[in-house]
Amino acid sequence: MTVGGWRPARVVETVPATPSARILRLAVADWPGSLAGQHVDVRLTAEDGYQAVRSYSLGSYGSGETIELGVDEIPDGEVSPYLVRDVLPGDELEVKGPLGGYFVWQPGGVAPVQFIAGGSGVVPLMAMVRAATDAGAAASARLLYSTRRPENAIYREELSDGAGDRGVAVSWAYTRAAPAGWDGQVGRLDDERLREAVWPPSSAPIVYVCGPTGFVEHVADALVRLGHPPARIRTERFGGA
Amino acid sequence: MAVISRGFGARRRESDPRLPPGQYLTEDFPVLSAGPTPRIDLSEWRFDLRTESGEGASWSWDEFMDLPIEDVHTDIHCVTRWSKLGTSWRGVSLDTLVDAVETEASYAMAHSYGGYTTNIPLEDLLGGRAWVAFEFEGEPLDPEHGGPARLLVPHLYFWKSAKWVRGLTLMDDDEPGFWEQNGYNMHGDPWTEERYW
Repeated sequence: MTVGGWRPARVVETVPATPSARILRLAVADWPGSLAGQHVDVRLTAEDGYQAVRSYSLGSYGSGETIELGVDEIPDGEVSPYLVRDVLPGDELEVKGPLGGYFVWQPGGVAPVQFIAGGSGVVPLMAMVRAATDAGAAASARLLYSTRRPENAIYREELSDGAGDRGVAVSWAYTRAAPAGWDGQVGRLDDERLREAVWPPSSAPIVYVCGPTGFVEHVADALVRLGHPPARIRTERFGGA
Repeated sequence: MAVISRGFGARRRESDPRLPPGQYLTEDFPVLSAGPTPRIDLSEWRFDLRTESGEGASWSWDEFMDLPIEDVHTDIHCVTRWSKLGTSWRGVSLDTLVDAVETEASYAMAHSYGGYTTNIPLEDLLGGRAWVAFEFEGEPLDPEHGGPARLLVPHLYFWKSAKWVRGLTLMDDDEPGFWEQNGYNMHGDPWTEERYW
Protein backbone atom coordinates (compact mmCIF):
# COMPACT_ATOMS: atom_id res chain seq x y z
CA MET A 1 0.00 0.00 0.00
CA THR A 2 1.53 3.26 -1.11
CA VAL A 3 -0.33 6.43 -0.27
CA GLY A 4 -0.33 9.09 -2.95
CA GLY A 5 -0.71 12.81 -2.47
CA TRP A 6 -3.86 14.84 -2.01
CA ARG A 7 -6.51 14.27 -4.67
CA PRO A 8 -9.29 16.74 -5.44
CA ALA A 9 -12.73 15.33 -4.62
CA ARG A 10 -16.11 16.75 -5.65
CA VAL A 11 -19.21 16.20 -3.59
CA VAL A 12 -21.75 14.52 -5.85
CA GLU A 13 -24.41 13.59 -3.30
CA THR A 14 -25.29 14.14 0.33
CA VAL A 15 -27.76 11.77 1.98
CA PRO A 16 -29.20 12.36 5.45
CA ALA A 17 -28.56 9.19 7.45
CA THR A 18 -29.55 9.96 11.04
CA PRO A 19 -30.44 13.14 12.95
CA SER A 20 -26.69 13.77 13.35
CA ALA A 21 -25.04 11.95 10.44
CA ARG A 22 -24.82 12.22 6.72
CA ILE A 23 -23.49 10.03 3.94
CA LEU A 24 -21.32 11.90 1.44
CA ARG A 25 -20.56 10.55 -2.02
CA LEU A 26 -17.45 12.04 -3.56
CA ALA A 27 -16.09 11.83 -7.09
CA VAL A 28 -12.31 11.37 -6.97
CA ALA A 29 -10.44 11.39 -10.26
CA ASP A 30 -7.95 8.53 -10.61
CA TRP A 31 -9.09 6.97 -7.32
CA PRO A 32 -7.02 3.77 -7.01
CA GLY A 33 -9.78 1.78 -5.29
CA SER A 34 -9.86 0.56 -1.69
CA LEU A 35 -10.21 -2.54 0.42
CA ALA A 36 -13.29 -2.91 2.60
CA GLY A 37 -12.54 -1.24 5.95
CA GLN A 38 -10.00 1.34 4.84
CA HIS A 39 -10.25 5.06 5.54
CA VAL A 40 -9.20 8.35 3.97
CA ASP A 41 -7.83 11.61 5.25
CA VAL A 42 -10.06 14.53 4.29
CA ARG A 43 -8.48 17.98 3.93
CA LEU A 44 -10.49 21.18 3.97
CA THR A 45 -8.98 24.52 2.99
CA ALA A 46 -10.59 27.86 3.84
CA GLU A 47 -10.36 30.81 1.47
CA ASP A 48 -7.51 32.32 3.49
CA GLY A 49 -5.48 29.12 3.29
CA TYR A 50 -6.33 27.73 6.73
CA GLN A 51 -6.51 23.93 6.61
CA ALA A 52 -7.82 21.09 8.75
CA VAL A 53 -7.49 17.36 8.19
CA ARG A 54 -9.46 14.47 9.72
CA SER A 55 -9.76 10.76 8.99
CA TYR A 56 -13.06 9.19 7.91
CA SER A 57 -13.89 5.58 7.22
CA LEU A 58 -15.06 4.54 3.79
CA GLY A 59 -18.48 2.90 3.55
CA SER A 60 -17.59 2.00 -0.02
CA TYR A 61 -14.92 -0.36 -1.28
CA GLY A 62 -13.41 -1.56 -4.52
CA SER A 63 -12.71 0.26 -7.76
CA GLY A 64 -14.68 3.09 -9.30
CA GLU A 65 -14.18 6.82 -8.94
CA THR A 66 -16.98 7.49 -6.45
CA ILE A 67 -16.27 6.93 -2.76
CA GLU A 68 -18.64 7.11 0.17
CA LEU A 69 -18.03 8.53 3.63
CA GLY A 70 -20.38 8.30 6.60
CA VAL A 71 -19.84 11.28 8.88
CA ASP A 72 -21.38 11.68 12.34
CA GLU A 73 -21.40 15.18 13.76
CA ILE A 74 -19.39 15.86 16.88
CA PRO A 75 -21.21 18.87 18.35
CA ASP A 76 -18.15 20.90 19.31
CA GLY A 77 -16.08 19.59 16.40
CA GLU A 78 -14.40 21.68 13.77
CA VAL A 79 -14.69 19.51 10.65
CA SER A 80 -17.64 17.14 11.13
CA PRO A 81 -20.27 19.93 11.53
CA TYR A 82 -19.13 21.35 8.19
CA LEU A 83 -19.36 17.96 6.48
CA VAL A 84 -22.71 17.09 8.06
CA ARG A 85 -24.45 20.45 7.77
CA ASP A 86 -22.74 22.82 5.37
CA VAL A 87 -21.25 20.97 2.42
CA LEU A 88 -23.35 20.81 -0.78
CA PRO A 89 -23.18 18.85 -4.01
CA GLY A 90 -20.64 20.55 -6.26
CA ASP A 91 -18.40 21.62 -3.37
CA GLU A 92 -14.80 20.51 -3.43
CA LEU A 93 -12.39 19.13 -0.89
CA GLU A 94 -9.35 16.86 -0.96
CA VAL A 95 -8.74 13.27 0.05
CA LYS A 96 -5.65 11.17 0.64
CA GLY A 97 -5.75 7.42 0.64
CA PRO A 98 -6.93 4.80 0.88
CA LEU A 99 -5.25 4.30 4.27
CA GLY A 100 -5.00 1.41 6.70
CA GLY A 101 -3.92 -2.14 5.94
CA TYR A 102 -5.09 -3.96 9.06
CA PHE A 103 -8.76 -3.31 9.82
CA VAL A 104 -9.80 -4.66 6.41
CA TRP A 105 -11.75 -7.65 5.15
CA GLN A 106 -10.99 -9.46 1.91
CA PRO A 107 -12.77 -12.47 0.40
CA GLY A 108 -11.08 -15.84 0.45
CA GLY A 109 -10.77 -16.63 4.13
CA VAL A 110 -12.32 -19.87 5.30
CA ALA A 111 -13.46 -18.88 8.78
CA PRO A 112 -16.80 -17.18 9.46
CA VAL A 113 -16.64 -13.47 10.08
CA GLN A 114 -18.43 -11.44 12.74
CA PHE A 115 -18.89 -7.68 12.49
CA ILE A 116 -19.85 -5.75 15.64
CA ALA A 117 -20.65 -2.05 15.27
CA GLY A 118 -21.42 0.64 17.81
CA GLY A 119 -22.97 3.87 16.48
CA SER A 120 -21.09 5.39 13.55
CA GLY A 121 -18.58 2.55 13.86
CA VAL A 122 -20.81 0.79 11.34
CA VAL A 123 -19.27 2.71 8.42
CA PRO A 124 -16.14 0.61 7.74
CA LEU A 125 -18.12 -2.53 8.67
CA MET A 126 -20.74 -1.57 6.06
CA ALA A 127 -17.99 -1.67 3.46
CA MET A 128 -17.15 -5.17 4.71
CA VAL A 129 -20.82 -6.25 4.70
CA ARG A 130 -21.14 -5.03 1.11
CA ALA A 131 -17.89 -6.75 0.13
CA ALA A 132 -18.95 -10.03 1.76
CA THR A 133 -22.35 -9.87 0.03
CA ASP A 134 -20.80 -9.13 -3.37
CA ALA A 135 -18.30 -11.96 -2.88
CA GLY A 136 -21.07 -14.47 -2.13
CA ALA A 137 -19.71 -14.87 1.40
CA ALA A 138 -22.69 -13.41 3.23
CA ALA A 139 -23.83 -16.76 4.61
CA SER A 140 -20.71 -16.94 6.76
CA ALA A 141 -20.89 -13.29 7.86
CA ARG A 142 -22.96 -11.70 10.62
CA LEU A 143 -23.38 -8.13 11.78
CA LEU A 144 -24.39 -7.09 15.28
CA TYR A 145 -25.22 -3.38 15.31
CA SER A 146 -25.75 -1.47 18.55
CA THR A 147 -27.29 2.01 18.43
CA ARG A 148 -29.08 4.22 20.93
CA ARG A 149 -32.36 4.20 19.02
CA PRO A 150 -33.51 2.85 15.65
CA GLU A 151 -33.28 6.31 14.07
CA ASN A 152 -29.61 6.57 15.09
CA ALA A 153 -28.60 3.66 12.83
CA ILE A 154 -26.63 4.71 9.76
CA TYR A 155 -27.49 2.46 6.76
CA ARG A 156 -30.60 1.25 8.56
CA GLU A 157 -32.65 0.66 5.41
CA GLU A 158 -29.91 -1.04 3.45
CA LEU A 159 -29.11 -3.35 6.36
CA SER A 160 -32.78 -4.18 6.97
CA ASP A 161 -33.50 -4.80 3.28
CA GLY A 162 -30.33 -6.76 2.67
CA ALA A 163 -30.95 -9.36 5.34
CA GLY A 164 -32.88 -11.55 2.90
CA ASP A 165 -31.63 -14.52 0.94
CA ARG A 166 -28.17 -13.33 -0.05
CA GLY A 167 -27.42 -10.57 2.45
CA VAL A 168 -25.46 -10.61 5.68
CA ALA A 169 -27.63 -11.49 8.69
CA VAL A 170 -28.07 -8.45 10.94
CA SER A 171 -28.82 -8.47 14.67
CA TRP A 172 -29.82 -5.21 16.30
CA ALA A 173 -29.16 -3.98 19.80
CA TYR A 174 -30.61 -0.79 21.29
CA THR A 175 -29.16 0.97 24.30
CA ARG A 176 -31.89 3.61 24.89
CA ALA A 177 -35.07 2.83 22.98
CA ALA A 178 -36.19 -0.01 20.70
CA PRO A 179 -38.65 0.06 17.79
CA ALA A 180 -42.30 -0.82 18.35
CA GLY A 181 -42.78 -4.55 18.71
CA TRP A 182 -39.21 -5.19 19.87
CA ASP A 183 -39.27 -8.03 22.36
CA GLY A 184 -35.58 -8.05 23.24
CA GLN A 185 -33.74 -6.17 25.92
CA VAL A 186 -32.87 -2.49 25.79
CA GLY A 187 -29.48 -1.59 27.25
CA ARG A 188 -25.80 -2.16 26.95
CA LEU A 189 -24.73 -5.30 25.11
CA ASP A 190 -24.33 -7.98 27.74
CA ASP A 191 -22.66 -11.39 27.60
CA GLU A 192 -25.93 -13.17 26.90
CA ARG A 193 -26.77 -10.99 23.92
CA LEU A 194 -23.23 -11.40 22.57
CA ARG A 195 -23.50 -15.17 22.97
CA GLU A 196 -26.77 -15.18 21.02
CA ALA A 197 -25.76 -12.92 18.17
CA VAL A 198 -22.08 -13.71 17.64
CA TRP A 199 -20.55 -16.80 16.01
CA PRO A 200 -19.40 -18.97 18.92
CA PRO A 201 -15.69 -19.39 19.68
CA SER A 202 -16.00 -23.04 18.55
CA SER A 203 -16.55 -21.89 14.95
CA ALA A 204 -13.36 -19.79 15.18
CA PRO A 205 -14.66 -16.56 13.68
CA ILE A 206 -12.56 -13.52 13.00
CA VAL A 207 -14.29 -10.62 14.75
CA TYR A 208 -14.18 -6.95 13.71
CA VAL A 209 -15.32 -4.48 16.36
CA CYS A 210 -15.69 -0.77 15.59
CA GLY A 211 -17.22 2.08 17.54
CA PRO A 212 -16.56 4.56 20.34
CA THR A 213 -13.76 3.62 22.72
CA GLY A 214 -16.02 2.65 25.63
CA PHE A 215 -18.09 0.38 23.38
CA VAL A 216 -15.07 -1.32 21.84
CA GLU A 217 -13.38 -1.84 25.21
CA HIS A 218 -16.55 -3.32 26.67
CA VAL A 219 -17.28 -5.63 23.72
CA ALA A 220 -13.67 -6.77 23.22
CA ASP A 221 -13.29 -7.54 26.93
CA ALA A 222 -16.56 -9.52 26.88
CA LEU A 223 -15.54 -11.48 23.77
CA VAL A 224 -12.27 -12.49 25.43
CA ARG A 225 -14.20 -13.51 28.55
CA LEU A 226 -16.55 -15.61 26.37
CA GLY A 227 -13.61 -17.51 24.95
CA HIS A 228 -12.68 -15.70 21.76
CA PRO A 229 -8.89 -15.63 21.31
CA PRO A 230 -7.62 -12.01 21.45
CA ALA A 231 -5.63 -12.57 18.26
CA ARG A 232 -8.92 -13.19 16.37
CA ILE A 233 -10.44 -9.87 17.47
CA ARG A 234 -9.61 -6.76 15.45
CA THR A 235 -10.67 -3.41 16.80
CA GLU A 236 -10.98 0.13 15.56
CA ARG A 237 -11.88 2.86 18.01
CA PHE A 238 -13.41 6.18 17.07
CA GLY A 239 -11.89 9.05 19.03
CA GLY A 240 -13.39 12.48 19.56
CA ALA A 241 -12.74 15.94 18.01
CA MET B 1 -2.47 24.69 -5.06
CA ALA B 2 -5.01 23.44 -2.58
CA VAL B 3 -8.68 23.10 -3.42
CA ILE B 4 -10.79 25.66 -1.55
CA SER B 5 -13.76 24.20 0.31
CA ARG B 6 -16.60 26.70 0.04
CA GLY B 7 -17.68 28.08 3.37
CA PHE B 8 -15.20 26.10 5.45
CA GLY B 9 -13.47 27.70 8.41
CA ALA B 10 -16.27 29.08 10.57
CA ARG B 11 -15.43 26.78 13.48
CA ARG B 12 -11.68 26.88 13.18
CA ARG B 13 -9.53 26.12 16.18
CA GLU B 14 -6.82 28.44 17.40
CA SER B 15 -3.40 27.40 16.25
CA ASP B 16 -0.65 26.73 18.75
CA PRO B 17 3.07 26.74 17.91
CA ARG B 18 3.44 23.54 19.96
CA LEU B 19 1.26 21.69 17.42
CA PRO B 20 3.17 19.93 14.62
CA PRO B 21 1.78 20.43 11.09
CA GLY B 22 -1.57 18.74 10.44
CA GLN B 23 -2.32 18.15 14.12
CA TYR B 24 -5.26 19.42 16.18
CA LEU B 25 -5.55 19.88 19.90
CA THR B 26 -7.56 17.48 22.04
CA GLU B 27 -8.34 17.67 25.73
CA ASP B 28 -9.44 14.06 26.18
CA PHE B 29 -7.20 11.04 25.67
CA PRO B 30 -8.33 8.99 22.66
CA VAL B 31 -7.60 5.26 22.68
CA LEU B 32 -6.34 3.52 19.56
CA SER B 33 -5.27 -0.09 19.43
CA ALA B 34 -5.63 -3.02 17.12
CA GLY B 35 -7.24 -5.54 19.45
CA PRO B 36 -8.57 -6.18 22.95
CA THR B 37 -6.82 -4.57 25.90
CA PRO B 38 -4.45 -7.07 27.56
CA ARG B 39 -4.71 -7.31 31.36
CA ILE B 40 -1.32 -8.06 32.90
CA ASP B 41 -0.84 -9.02 36.53
CA LEU B 42 2.05 -7.13 38.12
CA SER B 43 3.33 -10.35 39.68
CA GLU B 44 3.77 -11.78 36.17
CA TRP B 45 4.99 -8.62 34.47
CA ARG B 46 8.57 -8.60 33.16
CA PHE B 47 10.59 -6.27 31.00
CA ASP B 48 13.19 -8.07 28.85
CA LEU B 49 15.99 -6.34 26.98
CA ARG B 50 17.82 -8.47 24.42
CA THR B 51 20.85 -7.32 22.44
CA GLU B 52 21.90 -8.10 18.89
CA SER B 53 24.27 -10.76 20.22
CA GLY B 54 21.55 -12.48 22.22
CA GLU B 55 22.70 -11.18 25.61
CA GLY B 56 20.01 -9.84 27.84
CA ALA B 57 18.75 -8.16 30.96
CA SER B 58 15.39 -8.65 32.60
CA TRP B 59 13.44 -6.91 35.34
CA SER B 60 10.46 -7.93 37.42
CA TRP B 61 8.00 -5.21 38.46
CA ASP B 62 9.62 -4.87 41.90
CA GLU B 63 13.10 -4.72 40.38
CA PHE B 64 11.87 -2.15 37.88
CA MET B 65 10.49 0.05 40.65
CA ASP B 66 13.95 0.07 42.28
CA LEU B 67 15.46 1.74 39.19
CA PRO B 68 15.82 5.54 39.05
CA ILE B 69 12.39 7.01 38.27
CA GLU B 70 11.95 10.26 36.36
CA ASP B 71 9.12 12.77 36.04
CA VAL B 72 8.35 13.63 32.42
CA HIS B 73 6.29 16.60 31.20
CA THR B 74 5.72 16.49 27.49
CA ASP B 75 3.40 16.97 24.53
CA ILE B 76 2.21 13.88 22.65
CA HIS B 77 1.17 13.55 19.00
CA CYS B 78 -0.88 10.76 17.41
CA VAL B 79 -0.62 9.97 13.70
CA THR B 80 -4.44 10.14 13.61
CA ARG B 81 -3.84 13.89 14.08
CA TRP B 82 -4.71 14.60 17.68
CA SER B 83 -2.11 16.16 19.92
CA LYS B 84 -2.26 16.54 23.66
CA LEU B 85 -0.16 19.21 25.32
CA GLY B 86 1.46 19.28 28.74
CA THR B 87 0.96 15.66 29.80
CA SER B 88 2.71 14.32 32.93
CA TRP B 89 4.23 10.88 33.25
CA ARG B 90 6.60 8.94 35.51
CA GLY B 91 8.87 6.21 34.26
CA VAL B 92 12.32 4.75 33.85
CA SER B 93 14.60 6.27 31.22
CA LEU B 94 15.68 4.00 28.37
CA ASP B 95 19.21 5.26 29.07
CA THR B 96 19.07 3.48 32.43
CA LEU B 97 17.83 0.25 30.85
CA VAL B 98 20.23 0.16 27.88
CA ASP B 99 23.15 0.94 30.25
CA ALA B 100 22.61 -2.54 31.68
CA VAL B 101 23.78 -4.24 28.47
CA GLU B 102 26.65 -4.10 25.96
CA THR B 103 25.41 -3.14 22.50
CA GLU B 104 26.49 -1.67 19.19
CA ALA B 105 22.98 -1.94 17.72
CA SER B 106 21.35 0.85 15.74
CA TYR B 107 17.69 -0.16 15.98
CA ALA B 108 15.23 -1.58 18.48
CA MET B 109 12.01 -3.56 18.15
CA ALA B 110 9.57 -3.00 20.98
CA HIS B 111 7.42 -6.01 21.89
CA SER B 112 4.13 -5.80 23.75
CA TYR B 113 1.84 -8.10 25.67
CA GLY B 114 -0.84 -8.87 23.09
CA GLY B 115 1.67 -9.22 20.27
CA TYR B 116 2.10 -5.62 19.09
CA THR B 117 5.52 -4.56 17.80
CA THR B 118 7.07 -1.29 16.66
CA ASN B 119 10.57 -0.43 15.44
CA ILE B 120 12.55 2.59 16.64
CA PRO B 121 16.11 3.74 15.89
CA LEU B 122 18.16 3.36 19.08
CA GLU B 123 19.26 6.99 18.90
CA ASP B 124 15.59 7.98 19.29
CA LEU B 125 15.41 5.97 22.52
CA LEU B 126 18.56 7.35 24.18
CA GLY B 127 19.74 10.76 25.36
CA GLY B 128 16.82 11.41 27.70
CA ARG B 129 14.20 11.10 24.95
CA ALA B 130 12.35 7.89 25.87
CA TRP B 131 10.98 6.09 28.93
CA VAL B 132 9.08 3.04 30.05
CA ALA B 133 6.22 4.89 31.74
CA PHE B 134 3.88 3.49 34.38
CA GLU B 135 2.14 6.61 35.72
CA PHE B 136 0.01 9.18 33.91
CA GLU B 137 -1.12 12.39 35.62
CA GLY B 138 -0.21 11.00 39.03
CA GLU B 139 -2.14 7.74 38.67
CA PRO B 140 -1.10 4.21 37.68
CA LEU B 141 -1.35 3.97 33.91
CA ASP B 142 -4.81 2.73 32.92
CA PRO B 143 -4.86 -0.59 30.99
CA GLU B 144 -6.56 0.98 27.96
CA HIS B 145 -3.71 3.48 27.76
CA GLY B 146 -1.09 0.75 27.99
CA GLY B 147 -0.82 -0.01 31.70
CA PRO B 148 0.86 -1.36 33.64
CA ALA B 149 3.70 0.09 31.52
CA ARG B 150 4.15 1.53 28.07
CA LEU B 151 6.94 2.95 26.04
CA LEU B 152 6.95 6.76 25.94
CA VAL B 153 8.80 8.27 22.95
CA PRO B 154 7.07 11.65 22.82
CA HIS B 155 9.11 13.16 19.99
CA LEU B 156 7.76 10.51 17.58
CA TYR B 157 4.13 9.77 16.64
CA PHE B 158 2.48 7.91 19.46
CA TRP B 159 2.17 4.53 17.73
CA LYS B 160 5.90 4.23 18.53
CA SER B 161 5.07 4.52 22.25
CA ALA B 162 4.09 0.86 22.45
CA LYS B 163 1.39 0.09 25.01
CA TRP B 164 1.73 -2.92 27.34
CA VAL B 165 5.43 -3.04 26.55
CA ARG B 166 7.23 -6.20 27.67
CA GLY B 167 10.65 -5.71 26.16
CA LEU B 168 13.01 -4.50 23.48
CA THR B 169 15.12 -6.43 21.01
CA LEU B 170 18.14 -4.49 19.80
CA MET B 171 19.01 -4.99 16.11
CA ASP B 172 21.77 -4.06 13.67
CA ASP B 173 19.26 -3.53 10.85
CA ASP B 174 15.86 -1.87 10.79
CA GLU B 175 12.75 -4.03 10.41
CA PRO B 176 9.10 -2.95 10.23
CA GLY B 177 6.84 -3.54 13.22
CA PHE B 178 3.06 -3.98 13.24
CA TRP B 179 1.78 -0.64 11.90
CA GLU B 180 4.91 -0.21 9.81
CA GLN B 181 3.89 -3.37 7.92
CA ASN B 182 0.39 -1.91 7.62
CA GLY B 183 1.08 1.41 5.97
CA TYR B 184 2.83 3.62 8.51
CA ASN B 185 6.23 5.26 8.18
CA MET B 186 9.36 3.50 9.47
CA HIS B 187 10.36 6.49 11.63
CA GLY B 188 7.38 8.74 12.48
CA ASP B 189 8.62 12.29 13.11
CA PRO B 190 5.53 14.49 13.67
CA TRP B 191 7.34 17.70 12.70
CA THR B 192 8.08 16.41 9.20
CA GLU B 193 4.77 14.50 8.99
CA GLU B 194 6.31 11.04 8.57
CA ARG B 195 2.88 9.41 8.68
CA TYR B 196 2.60 6.84 5.91
CA TRP B 197 4.80 5.00 3.45
